[in-house]
Amino acid sequence: MTEPAVPEPPMGLLAELTYRCPLACAYCSNPIEIAAYRDELDTADWQRVVTEAAELGVLQLHLSGGEPLLRRDLADIVATASGLGLYTNLVTSALGLNEKRAAELHDAGLDHVQVSLQADEPTLSDRIAGTPSFERKIAAARTVRDLGWPLTLNVVLHRQNIDRVDRVLAAAEDLGADRIELANTQYYGWAWHNRTALLPSREQLAQAEVTVRAAKERLRGQMEIIYVVPDYYATYPKPCMGGWGARQLVVVPTGDAMPCLAAHELPLPRANVRDGSLRWIWEDSPMFSAFRGTDWMPDPCRSCERRDVDLGGCRCQAFALTGDATRTDPVCHLSPDHHLVESAVEAANADRAGETVSLPLVARPHA
Amino acid sequence: MTGLTVPTTGRPRLGRGVRMRFDKTRGKHVLVLPETVVVLNATGAAILELCDGQRTVTDIVAALREQFGEVPDEQVVGYLSKLAERRHLEILDD
Ligand code: SF4
Ligand code: SF4
Repeated sequence: MTEPAVPEPPMGLLAELTYRCPLACAYCSNPIEIAAYRDELDTADWQRVVTEAAELGVLQLHLSGGEPLLRRDLADIVATASGLGLYTNLVTSALGLNEKRAAELHDAGLDHVQVSLQADEPTLSDRIAGTPSFERKIAAARTVRDLGWPLTLNVVLHRQNIDRVDRVLAAAEDLGADRIELANTQYYGWAWHNRTALLPSREQLAQAEVTVRAAKERLRGQMEIIYVVPDYYATYPKPCMGGWGARQLVVVPTGDAMPCLAAHELPLPRANVRDGSLRWIWEDSPMFSAFRGTDWMPDPCRSCERRDVDLGGCRCQAFALTGDATRTDPVCHLSPDHHLVESAVEAANADRAGETVSLPLVARPHA
Repeated sequence: MTGLTVPTTGRPRLGRGVRMRFDKTRGKHVLVLPETVVVLNATGAAILELCDGQRTVTDIVAALREQFGEVPDEQVVGYLSKLAERRHLEILDD
């Protein structure tokens, strides 16, 4: 496959409005150097970015962070996007989503809300979140329902909560969620830092998968359950973000645009929305063209029949594990670096009786 | 595991949080959901435009026949059922 001259337009823009957050989750994928992201884009910048995105062909706007509700101008950004016909989706911890704020966002045209939960009960949830927050999340989830929005719950699964997946599903059912995303942790940012405490054992995963499969069957047509398998236990990697520069773009609080939310550290020239148009960034910047398509691939990917299926996996994962973003994703069993993943998996499966839910987590700072 | 089948008396409409619009960039109608975009062909768009929560499946087939001539029932029911199963559509039935 050769690269098309002009790439297909992106479907979605992930706007990471701020990395400030009232929570301090140990699995957070935000960059470790959060202090370097204080110089945030202002309202007019974001409104321009959103407008350029719509012109480029973006259909969905995901408003995320950090905690996007900490931006007082959130409703203004939503109103601009909604006026342009974009589908707007708020990804929130729900802290700060009181009735007044929710009504304001509803009036601005917000289409959908995803609320993160850390567990099914307050003690564990608050411990993982590093902040008392569970009760407020439940109240906010009810507010979402009361305003007639569909309710999606996002739960990141890891060693310390995966054994409770049945109770998490029951809690979601009680809340009348339309959809729940159970995503195994991706090891970026703080999660990378906490990997040993977060990576589940093979047995834990097998048990969770049985539970999820039964729940999917039982709740069919009532609650949609999306289960994202953990990379480290997969045979092949996932096509990260649907392919580098293929479907999505991410803009971080300071205006850097990236093809993947974990691309902060990659040794590529920055592409910032303060310096160039989103069209230039998408179509021509080195950041977006570096790993687009399959031409950049080394072996074993280059000669592999799956190269158009998974596109060699995640560049950021390859970089985190090997220090070289052009290598095959080490998650792949064909990768020459696969032992790096295997040793982490072995450690997670060694006899560590009693450690399953007690390894210390390093909380990320708030900003 | 058998798929869900929409009854002919059911009145389909877009599911909660699902929007349909014409996308100028791609020159096609699209269904947009929080994590998915479904690019529709002309037939799909024509069917979904009739899904207003008022018309029954039977009404929809009749309206399609006026527009396109011969339209096989099973195909329309199959299409609607597939979308209902994924919760892109909800079916009112009373
Ligand atoms: S600390 Fe938790 S809630 Fe805040 S951005 Fe990170 S993962 Fe999300
Ligand atoms: S070698 Fe590369 S293309 Fe082949 S399965 Fe592994 S990651 Fe995918």
